[in-house]
Amino acid sequence: MARTVAAFKVDHFQFLGADGKLLDEQHVPAVARDFDRLTDLYRLMTLTRAFDKKAVALQRTGKLGTYASSLGHEAAHVSIGAAMQEEDCLAPMYREYGAQFYRGVKMSEVLLYWGGDERGNDFSGPRHDFAWCVPIATQCLHAAGAAMAYKLKNEARVAVSIVGDGGSSKGDFLEAINAASAWKLPLVLVIINNQWAISVPRSKQNSATTLAQKGIAGGLPSIQVDGNDLIACLWAMEKAVSAARAGKGAFVIEMLTYRLSDHTTADDARRYRPQEEVDEAWEQEPLKRLRSYLIDQGAWDDQREQELLSECSQFVQQAADEYMDLVQNKPQPLTAMFDYMYADLPHDLVEQRAYAEQFPEDGGHH
Amino acid sequence: MAKITLIEGVTLALARAMEEDQSVVVLGEDVGVNGGVFRATAGLQQRFGDERVIDTPLAEVMIAGVSVGMASQGMKPVAEAQFCGFTMPMIDHIMCHAGRMRNRTRGRLSCPMVLRFPTGGGIHAPEHHSESPEALFAHMPGIRVVMPSSPSRAYGLLLAAIRDPDPVIYMEPKRIYRWQREDVEDDGEALPLDVCFTLRDGKDITLVTWGAMVKETLQAADQLEAKGISAEVIDVATLSPIDMDTIVESVARTGRCVIVQEAPKHCGVASEIAAHLADAGIWSLHAPVKRVCGYDTVMPLYRNEMKYMPSVRRILHAVNQVLEVS
Ligand SMILES: Cc1ncc(C[n+]2csc(CCOP(=O)(O)OP(=O)(O)O)c2C)c(N)n1
Ligand SMILES: [Mg+2]
Repeated sequence: MARTVAAFKVDHFQFLGADGKLLDEQHVPAVARDFDRLTDLYRLMTLTRAFDKKAVALQRTGKLGTYASSLGHEAAHVSIGAAMQEEDCLAPMYREYGAQFYRGVKMSEVLLYWGGDERGNDFSGPRHDFAWCVPIATQCLHAAGAAMAYKLKNEARVAVSIVGDGGSSKGDFLEAINAASAWKLPLVLVIINNQWAISVPRSKQNSATTLAQKGIAGGLPSIQVDGNDLIACLWAMEKAVSAARAGKGAFVIEMLTYRLSDHTTADDARRYRPQEEVDEAWEQEPLKRLRSYLIDQGAWDDQREQELLSECSQFVQQAADEYMDLVQNKPQPLTAMFDYMYADLPHDLVEQRAYAEQFPEDGGHH
Repeated sequence: MAKITLIEGVTLALARAMEEDQSVVVLGEDVGVNGGVFRATAGLQQRFGDERVIDTPLAEVMIAGVSVGMASQGMKPVAEAQFCGFTMPMIDHIMCHAGRMRNRTRGRLSCPMVLRFPTGGGIHAPEHHSESPEALFAHMPGIRVVMPSSPSRAYGLLLAAIRDPDPVIYMEPKRIYRWQREDVEDDGEALPLDVCFTLRDGKDITLVTWGAMVKETLQAADQLEAKGISAEVIDVATLSPIDMDTIVESVARTGRCVIVQEAPKHCGVASEIAAHLADAGIWSLHAPVKRVCGYDTVMPLYRNEMKYMPSVRRILHAVNQVLEVS
């Protein structure tokens, strides 16, 4: 005879429709009525998109290396930054600029990183945040470790890690869930499911109905939200972060969105996905629906939109200028690769650095 | 015969091996529909289907571990890691299983898998895309490590790697993926593993290198020739095991040797060659053996990456030091 010893369900949350209307006027989180906050976040989402466009343009004109666009992820990314306190810790992947801008990372610093300049990783904002993390999903375990540190030190701080749909297939992510579950860590794991891992569609990662259920399997409360709905993302993030801070353990949030851009500027998504799919995804994108909602509520209008757009283009131009000035006029010296290797540079590297200095003309950047 | 690039040599060998041996299966991230981020597997899925050219979930440990399992059960997996930096978590399966399978089962099981991946810097790639980890793999017992430096060697050595009954790490120097075109006949002829290739005969000094550094080393040899110095250039090609005989024999004639490697100096393959010369070649050496290497630092982000890598200037500097000793 069999009896059910465990069963699960995954709830999906959405409050704001693609048309900018609330799905159910009666049941919305308080933040849906906080128009000052929502307009602030809308501004940052718009700035993030303007930045993205600028970064792609810099890459196309040879001024920036390979760049990973955040186009279409703005609600998800900004909500993560907005739900965190300064003392919390962010362990990002590589395209969540909206979260980092909220935390004080400068646009010029993002450009430095993708522009092949180490100084980008020494960014502003909370100094304890982790740097960009290219080896997929490894950051999840670092966040678990950060959460462990806060727990052991009795600090009311939360670690937040971001991973992709592709990254959710890696052991690091699953092991972070397991560690957080075993030790009840103050950790929030956010899966940004943008449907693609370079050319591999979500359906090829595995046949689970949701990615959130991986958290449930590991013993963590886990939900799915519409990642293009800022209200849903923010509500979920705040709920998870405050539960973690209150000592209730970790949380997994799967945010469903879409990568509207190529994977990076080195990729050509036309090789593997149909344009119709991208066109449909544009209907769901996060800025338009929030703007319509704010306009409907009388919290936004065309004039403010125009002002915002020109302000954004000014800001991103300033950031680009700052970046270009640094790399052209104040480049890192050749020896920069040695200076941060150890607290005290060992003798063999002292020798290698002196040797390297004999070849100042080497490796002209082209 | 077609004039093809190094990466096209890889594609050609993969297709040839899949054609002649049904047990050969290609697997990795984005290798199918997309044909690999560098196009090394372009067209293979269309030709051989998605059961033989498999887009895997994003999980390197899985790719390595599954390849070990497949290889031990009669398949010939040719796994791809997207970039050198992402092979690190695979090392568990390569070191603890692939390289030990035959030995620990007393020959009952074996592991004829290939792990191929682009290696090295110089293409302005992001962080973790530009390392040269060959020494890590060369240090592991039970596996071979191969790095081609020309289209024909890419073709011939990959065929050999796939046909080899033991695990082979096949590293592709991506900076020279499209450097040269060469006539390569798709005749299914493998090149021997475990031998060096002498690319240029010389009598005054032996320059030993492999992978993308072949480019700078040949350029250095050209410049030396203009000054009347004749440099022999050896492409080591198989980094584990190393054909030391060819190197020792060359040094016996030239009496001088400079080894050029892109990887960090400390405990690199160059050190192994130098150590061997200090043993078997010591009586023919007229001057100390010099190594020109990457620094023992993290590979810098791309703006400084060419400052990290050995330049023609640095090679000539070492050659001059070696030639000055009389
Ligand atoms: C361990 C590792 N393997 C492979 C890569 C190469 N790579 C970079 S991004 C990417 C796809 C990531 O997809 P996903 O996790 O869904 O994140 P997204 O890029 O869609 O935001 C791959 C395979 C990597 N950076 N790290
Ligand atoms: Mg994705």
